[in-house]
Amino acid sequence: MAQLRELRSKIRSTKNIGKITKAMELIATSRISKAQARVEAARPYATEITEVLSALATASSNLDHPLLVEREPVRRVAVLVVTSDKGLCGGYNANVLRATEELLSLLREQGKDPQLYVIGGKGVNYYTFRGREMSGSWTGFSQQPHYENAAEVGETLVEAFLAGGDDEGGNAGPDGMLGVDELHIVYTEFRSMLTQTPVAKRMAPLEVEYADGEDGAAAEGGGVAPAYDFEPNAEALLGTLLPKYINTRIFAALLEAAASELAAQRNAMKAASDNASELVETYTRLANQARQAQITQEISEIVGGVDALAAVGSDD
Amino acid sequence: MAEMSVELVAVERRLWSGQASFVVAQTTEGEIGILPSHEPMLGQMVEGGVVKVTTTAGDTVTAAVHGGFLSVTAERVSVLAESAELGEEVDVEAARAALTDDDEVERERATAKLRAAGQSV
Repeated sequence: MAQLRELRSKIRSTKNIGKITKAMELIATSRISKAQARVEAARPYATEITEVLSALATASSNLDHPLLVEREPVRRVAVLVVTSDKGLCGGYNANVLRATEELLSLLREQGKDPQLYVIGGKGVNYYTFRGREMSGSWTGFSQQPHYENAAEVGETLVEAFLAGGDDEGGNAGPDGMLGVDELHIVYTEFRSMLTQTPVAKRMAPLEVEYADGEDGAAAEGGGVAPAYDFEPNAEALLGTLLPKYINTRIFAALLEAAASELAAQRNAMKAASDNASELVETYTRLANQARQAQITQEISEIVGGVDALAAVGSDD
Repeated sequence: MAEMSVELVAVERRLWSGQASFVVAQTTEGEIGILPSHEPMLGQMVEGGVVKVTTTAGDTVTAAVHGGFLSVTAERVSVLAESAELGEEVDVEAARAALTDDDEVERERATAKLRAAGQSV
């Protein structure tokens, strides 16, 4: 008796959980296409800015902007980790954080001192819980990042990077700020709906990704690189363009990470819904069995009772 | 008639692209008008500027552009803006309200938006 009632309440609650996870799966699915569309929409700007940068790099004779020069020795490095704000997305955060730990130990082996910059509530919780120091953290935009968010993060990192140029050993340089000599980013790349891979990349010093030369040459008709005129001069332009380029890279990473997060969430919720319906099926079978056992017992009790009565009656 | 392809690109999306015969923009050095076969140029644009594109069909496309870069080659003009809005998309009332904002950058942006929308400021 008691078992049947227990099973029924289990079925009811599992069904409710299943409804919730199914709804979350559908929400994630509908948001993925939006997130992917945003990744696509941000691409023209990234291509254009890369083209402008390559044009500048070929035209300007001295490329000694701090963001382009390798520093020797490298002492402190900034590592930007992109995690999600909310959970319920399977191994998404665990994978990013594992990749980060690998990068951190690699950097430490090379004698560098990594500084953590974290995006997303889950990452912040992870490092706070372990008592690890973070140089900066941002939360609240992991699913729908805007360019302003990326710019905010980028400004902090570029400032730290530029401040690192004059550090002497463990002492801050004349500017009184302890900076960094390299910038790294760890985020999740969106490969497909089913695969998202964490990747670690170095952002600064920059390796300029040159735009495909053939398109540019073909557009000019003669294959001669156009001699650009600069307003104001090339150095000033480079100085304003490079931080923007870093912001663009961060923004692209944030958009990819958002799409990955949603895809991971969709997969996790799909697995949860499947498990829920499987559980409901098992519990229903058990409940049916229990119900049948109860009925059988009742019948045998009645039959037993009738037999007993008949036996008493025949004695009269 | 000579023409060039023009791209108005903001960080989050492509605003407009097409063939045009004339483009006006403001760089940090001053206002510049670009006709097809212009000398290759890279310019930094001012905060709160307005870009005006005359298409080959004779229409005019205006956009409020806040910061960014202008890249010109003989057949191509690309406007790379950090944030931009087409004139026809501007929320005129919100922009008017922003005219009295305390922040100077906000005021400049609002002025540019209103100018792009064809309103007098």
